[in-house]
Amino acid sequence: MSDMAGTNDARKPFVREAPLAALPPPVRTDGVLAWLQRNLFSSPLNIGLTLVCVALLVWAVPPFVRFMLIDAVWDGASRADCLVTDARPAVGACWAFVIERINFFTYGFYPTPDRWRVDLFFLLLAVGIGWLAWLDAPARRWALVNFFVVLPIVSFILLVGWPAIGLPVVPTEQWGGILVTIVVSVVGIVFSLPLGVLLALGRRSTMPAVRLVCVVFIEFIRGVPLITILFMASLMLPLFVPDTWSPDKLLRALIGIALFASAYMAEVVRAGLQAIPRGQYEAAQALGLSYTRTMGLIVLPQALRITIPNIVNSYIALFKDTTLVFVVGIFDFLNTIEAARLDPKWSTPVTGSTGYAFAALFYFTLCMAMSRYALYMERRLDVSANR
Amino acid sequence: MSIAATARPRTPLTHNPRVRSVVYQAVLCAIIAFLAWGAISNVIENLTRTGIATGFGFWNNTAGFEISQALISYSAASTYGRAFWVGLTNTLLVAALGIVFATILGFVIGVARLSSNWLVASMAGGYVELVRNLPLLLQLLFWYNAVLKALPAVATSVALPGGGFLNNRGLYLPQPIAQDGAGIVLAACVVAVIGAIAFRFWARARQRRTGAQAPVLTTMAGLIVGLPAVALLATGFPFTFDYPEASRFNIRGGMELLPEFTALLFGLVTYTAAFIAEVVRAGILSVSKGQTEAAASLGLTSGQTMRFVVIPQAMRVIIPPLTNQYLNLTKNSSLAVAIGYPDLVQIFSGTVLNQTGQAVEVVVITMAVYLAISLVTSLLMNLYNRRVMLVDR
Repeated sequence: MSDMAGTNDARKPFVREAPLAALPPPVRTDGVLAWLQRNLFSSPLNIGLTLVCVALLVWAVPPFVRFMLIDAVWDGASRADCLVTDARPAVGACWAFVIERINFFTYGFYPTPDRWRVDLFFLLLAVGIGWLAWLDAPARRWALVNFFVVLPIVSFILLVGWPAIGLPVVPTEQWGGILVTIVVSVVGIVFSLPLGVLLALGRRSTMPAVRLVCVVFIEFIRGVPLITILFMASLMLPLFVPDTWSPDKLLRALIGIALFASAYMAEVVRAGLQAIPRGQYEAAQALGLSYTRTMGLIVLPQALRITIPNIVNSYIALFKDTTLVFVVGIFDFLNTIEAARLDPKWSTPVTGSTGYAFAALFYFTLCMAMSRYALYMERRLDVSANR
Repeated sequence: MSIAATARPRTPLTHNPRVRSVVYQAVLCAIIAFLAWGAISNVIENLTRTGIATGFGFWNNTAGFEISQALISYSAASTYGRAFWVGLTNTLLVAALGIVFATILGFVIGVARLSSNWLVASMAGGYVELVRNLPLLLQLLFWYNAVLKALPAVATSVALPGGGFLNNRGLYLPQPIAQDGAGIVLAACVVAVIGAIAFRFWARARQRRTGAQAPVLTTMAGLIVGLPAVALLATGFPFTFDYPEASRFNIRGGMELLPEFTALLFGLVTYTAAFIAEVVRAGILSVSKGQTEAAASLGLTSGQTMRFVVIPQAMRVIIPPLTNQYLNLTKNSSLAVAIGYPDLVQIFSGTVLNQTGQAVEVVVITMAVYLAISLVTSLLMNLYNRRVMLVDR
């Protein structure tokens, strides 16, 4: 500093002698224009980016809307209604195809007179989930018991059948569509949580053999793709059991999915367990609680509570992964779309896109609903933690 | 009455924690041994009954099927073992390319989500929400069946600028063919990369010693771009291009990318990029505002703040989940089986298994490959983490 001051004309320190003129007030601080300027046109780079984005939207959105809604065919009986003709130069999505096949997409080949059973199952499931997800619901303690114990038993009787009470047996080969997708997801959801909790506890156990078994199981399942697990379940499982058992095809896939989901759930739960301060364990021990009581009354309720958002997120992943049962020949929702798409009755250039658009709508709505719920829980937990 | 004076009551054996622990573990081991024994004896019984061969003898048998894309020489007369290597190289190819492109796209979208430009940020957010909430399999089927298969047939191929063709049989691009002197260019590339890395190490060491900074980025970029360019000019561009030629029924010459490969790569990249974008965003947000403010008060420009303060700290948060995403991409490449790209699962767990019927051996080998990839990656990750964590307090 000092030698710089010595170089040119300044024995004088740098001191401003007259005050600066006041800056003019900002032109706009609120209103639409100010918002636009601040968020879209604040610098040359941003102006360029904005223009690129607008161009992209103009290029993509109108054709999309035209395909999905404006040019779409809403009623019709066969492919002829969705083909390009002179009278109809542009054909968008063939929704008539989806409308005609909606029962097939929902129930697969489930016998028509028994479809009320599937409807009832959907209804019970919706009530069960609603009861569980609504945090201020009455008798919420029973919602868990209902969802994890009562609902699976009732659903099994309802869907598979029980001739003794007048419900004829429907073999799983006839199940299909959304029914199978939902069944696979729910089985994954119902079994993965308890199994995942057990595995997570086992992984943190002080008993070396227990820990080793859990670590090997979790790391093995997480290290291989779900497809290979499904292959293993559908091809190797029948070899592992006596010939007379020959497990049902859907059951094999369900076992694969449940094992896969529980390994991932174990890691989610473990993260929750690790977040519980050591003092909680020690306090429980000081009160003389046994291991089961420490875990069941003190640690797990807290750990699972803070893990709810992550549990829901892993359910989203599981729900998307259920599409893979397609590969081992289970007739899930995506598979019914593929089958219907290839059906000559409706084979047009737009049938495939329409089917995929419908599937996308279905998966997107449900995944989005789950992720919003996870977000809501996260906020709510944040608030209660900061109280 | 004094407690200390009374003898410690004898706890019954059933309440001794050590005894209990041993009993529990013994029971667990017994159950597992029983299950394993049952499974193995059932497998043996079932296999002898159905007359399926066991063991890995099939490895050297003739495969007898064609594979549409092979990076190593392969024909129907090759062995199952050879088919395995073809599948593995195809899996690694799509995984490696996918990782590179997904990283680039993911970082761009992740940064775009944090942009001050509202439109850019919300479009990036919309992309992430859309892609993450749809099953990958649905996306792959869409790209393959609804987009690539709907392209025009061979006779009406779309001609791309630069001499490529696009039709429903794939993407045809000009193939560079090396002439004399191409080896020199290749060597120049290798030398440039090694030189650039060496320079970075030297510059780091010197900065630590003396504090003097060197223009690392410009020098590295100059080396990597400049040296091969000079070599190209000096050797007089030793490459010719084999252009694909369209005829009525076929396209000859050039480099062919299968539609299955294109769809799989595209689907994997767009899907994984959405997850990487979230990882990047979370990483950048994890650097506290105080760091940026401290950098600003030291007089760093916003570019310098990013380069020297934010990114090095964000990387520490980003790298572990990023590796996870790379592993996911590699595992997800097994969805190739749904659209018929000849990857490891499609060739080995599909065709080879169907032909030999040896489900146990084939599925075990396939799983072992993926497991090996996962374990090696997590091992490297742990080593990296340990190194990075040492820097931390």
